[in-house]
Amino acid sequence: MKHLIHLKVNGDDYELAVAPHRTLNEVLREDLALTGTKFGCGTGDCGACTVIMNGRNVSSCLTLAVEANGQDIMTIEGLAPSGQELHPIQEAFVTYGAIQCGFCTPGMIMSAKVLLDKNPNPDEPDIRAGLSGNLCRCTGYNKIVEAIEKAAHQMNQD
Amino acid sequence: MSKYSIIGTNTPRVDSPAKATGRALYADDIKLPGMLHGQILRSPLAHARILNIDISKAAALPGVKAVITGEDTPKVKFGNWRLFPDTQDEYPLAVDKVRFIGDEVAAVVAIDNDLACEALDLIKVEYEELPANFSVDESMAPGAPVIHDYRPDNISLNRKIEYGDLVKGFAEADFIAENTFEVHAVSHAYMEPCACVAQSDDDGRVTLWTSTQVPYIVQCLLASTLGLRENDVRVIKPVVGGGFGGKMELRAWEFCAAFLARRTGKPVKFRLSRTDELAYGRRRHGMKLYSKVGFKKDGTITAKDFRADLDGGAYNSMGPTATFLCGNFGAMLYRYPNYRYNGYHIYTNKPPAGAMRGFGAPQALFASETQMNMAAEALGLDPIEIRIKNAMVPGDQIPDVATVSSCGFIECLQEVAKMSGWKAKRAACAESRDGKGMGVGCYSFISGGVFNWLYTQYTFSAAEIRAFEDGTVHLLTPATDIGQGSDTTLKQILAEELGLRMEDIRLTVADTSVTPQSDLGTWGSRVTLMGGNAVRDAAAKIKKALAGVVSLKFDLNVIHDIGFKDGKIFPVTRPDRCLTFGQAVHMHQKFKRGEPLVARGYYVPRGKGLVTPAFSFGAQVAEVQVDRETGIVKVEKMYTAHDCGTVINPMSVDGQLEGSIEMGLGYALCERFVMDKGRTLNTTFLDYKVPTALDMPPGESVCIETFESEGPFGAKEAGEGLVSPTAPAIAEAISQATGYRFKDLPITPEKVLEGIGGLRKV
Repeated sequence: MKHLIHLKVNGDDYELAVAPHRTLNEVLREDLALTGTKFGCGTGDCGACTVIMNGRNVSSCLTLAVEANGQDIMTIEGLAPSGQELHPIQEAFVTYGAIQCGFCTPGMIMSAKVLLDKNPNPDEPDIRAGLSGNLCRCTGYNKIVEAIEKAAHQMNQD
Repeated sequence: MSKYSIIGTNTPRVDSPAKATGRALYADDIKLPGMLHGQILRSPLAHARILNIDISKAAALPGVKAVITGEDTPKVKFGNWRLFPDTQDEYPLAVDKVRFIGDEVAAVVAIDNDLACEALDLIKVEYEELPANFSVDESMAPGAPVIHDYRPDNISLNRKIEYGDLVKGFAEADFIAENTFEVHAVSHAYMEPCACVAQSDDDGRVTLWTSTQVPYIVQCLLASTLGLRENDVRVIKPVVGGGFGGKMELRAWEFCAAFLARRTGKPVKFRLSRTDELAYGRRRHGMKLYSKVGFKKDGTITAKDFRADLDGGAYNSMGPTATFLCGNFGAMLYRYPNYRYNGYHIYTNKPPAGAMRGFGAPQALFASETQMNMAAEALGLDPIEIRIKNAMVPGDQIPDVATVSSCGFIECLQEVAKMSGWKAKRAACAESRDGKGMGVGCYSFISGGVFNWLYTQYTFSAAEIRAFEDGTVHLLTPATDIGQGSDTTLKQILAEELGLRMEDIRLTVADTSVTPQSDLGTWGSRVTLMGGNAVRDAAAKIKKALAGVVSLKFDLNVIHDIGFKDGKIFPVTRPDRCLTFGQAVHMHQKFKRGEPLVARGYYVPRGKGLVTPAFSFGAQVAEVQVDRETGIVKVEKMYTAHDCGTVINPMSVDGQLEGSIEMGLGYALCERFVMDKGRTLNTTFLDYKVPTALDMPPGESVCIETFESEGPFGAKEAGEGLVSPTAPAIAEAISQATGYRFKDLPITPEKVLEGIGGLRKV
């Protein structure tokens, strides 16, 4: 039997009927066509599916859609909603070469956002710890860490 | 000041804004109207004869649209070595036999993924289990079960390289290192699981969007396995989330998607799970390496006798190339005056090994670099000094195989010694008893292979440029960006050539029906050099046409050189007499009575031996801290000096270097498959450990710029060879720290403790 749920995603309201076993990842990607959130492992190990739910970064592949009922969700598409300007974290990822294949990028950026929301002045170990649930196979992480340092600096100036 | 405007600058990746905002579309993001979802049934047995497959219950499940087995297919074998049909040993879906746990047996499509999964459970396969081989030694034992009938000895292939006189060489040696090394299989662990969508057109063409490194190879092999002509198949590469060699063949799900799209008349998607990828996916070859190297007292190498037994798994995959390249890389870096290589690619009942970043080099160089370190120790020489003494220089040859063109290897060794404070720090590590160690490892790698095993009748790379009178150009190229950044690199090359800005170039890539024929794809670090040369060739034709326009317009003496810079075209000595790029295109078009200005460029390496047009080189130093209580190794810092020719994009090269260190670190210390009788037990990222942000050491690097005459603007390979030096450098550092020398990987904490405690037999 399907459950009727209400999701607020990137500020928009959605009413959805979902089967109880469907994950938030499936609903975001398949029902709402928000494909910026990736599916990398399905076991919560890689972080590619990270979204922000009520201010916390969660693995959308391990979150059932029914658990997200009534919650406030932000995906990568909600970070710079105009579609024109980039959020400072996105800007820094582009400028400092933190993106290669890009598959981990949306999850990385969402984890970085939660990190900086909680701690606007993280030092390098804080950033590395904040990213430790997000795997990247291309960059070796160092440019991602640098981009987040630069973004934090920029956001503190703005 | 640089003579270039864009070459050598930190140009941001052209695709990064789309990737940062989630707009970039990967194969699994594609959803077409009426699309069906597919699943593959895999063999639960390592070696078995298929007696019967009953699909009736699965086919009867409401929502299931088709179920197929090997019997439904044209039964055409495939493999990338199309020039040698003997080596094509794999059916898209198993016929008669399965050879590894995960071998593809049947496929289902249904209206949703859950139903497709449910249908898999309803397919009943009767197997007759056969005895199986789970290691190279088992496969080579007399009377071992035969995996492929055409190779009763289970050796799929033997590749040799030999020159000089080994007997004489070893007779001249004062010290001989003779060792066996064992290196293990690891996963590419690209972040994007493989996915594809196929659609059958009304005019009989099938279109496949697929996460691949090799659209053209997929087009060719898909056509042959479907019984179609190449032009009946269109392959489009969407954004690809990493490959590292793991996406460079036709794969079963690509075949099934195309086959089932044709059969059902509906678009079909397949997407692998991470378990599929880790349990059944391609992997780097595990190898047993037997290596004997002779040295004189002063460190001069006299001879090398090298043998590699590659654990190929159940099918050839890219193993034949890895087998050859392993022997090539075994002869690289140093002057081995007498050399013999014997490589055996051996079938086992395990998931097939394929191409993976380094392609035979990480294994070969772990052995040769470790032996250089052992020789230095035995002869009382400094490990960097002994390398400089034997280092290859420009013009050196592997006779009848390859010639080294540009080469900054000695400079790399000198620079890495300087930047790491090698002499003093290494001596301090030797003095200390606190678990500190420092080690060196080196590499050389190819800038694209010259081998044509696919037997393409086209050039190796191609590009088309369409010029517009608004001052822009459109670059169409089959070159395949999988995250390494070739879209950006090729745009930079074109912008520099034509004197345009990055934003003046529109790009269409890797669509086999639109981009010019043809290109072998992304592997062997071929795109910068080969794709770049095709772009330059096309650009030269555009420039010739537009230089003529400027010459005519200003009635120039024919001796004038014509420059292209800042959107203008002008005689170099009279820059005031200029046309804008757009004006010149406009006039050319008028002159040609409306015919647009379009040019195609191509590249085929010729007269460059059997391996590559150009080799990269580099040296790396690792500093480690070993905890003698726990055996845990912490890599504290990596120093790298590397020669990739002219650097086109420093930020991109640096990113490739850091990614290589990450992968090399995993290879050295933590990544491995845990296998039990052909079954992979660690099938999640919880159990298969890739390095995280917390594991990455800081690094320093220097590019030793050489000018490679065969490369675009002097550029050559960057980022693949770099995966090789890390493991031997770390191993040497651990050896210095612990007094125990590792000849096998990965160096796990248990092994470190066993080594320190004198409990290791290897």
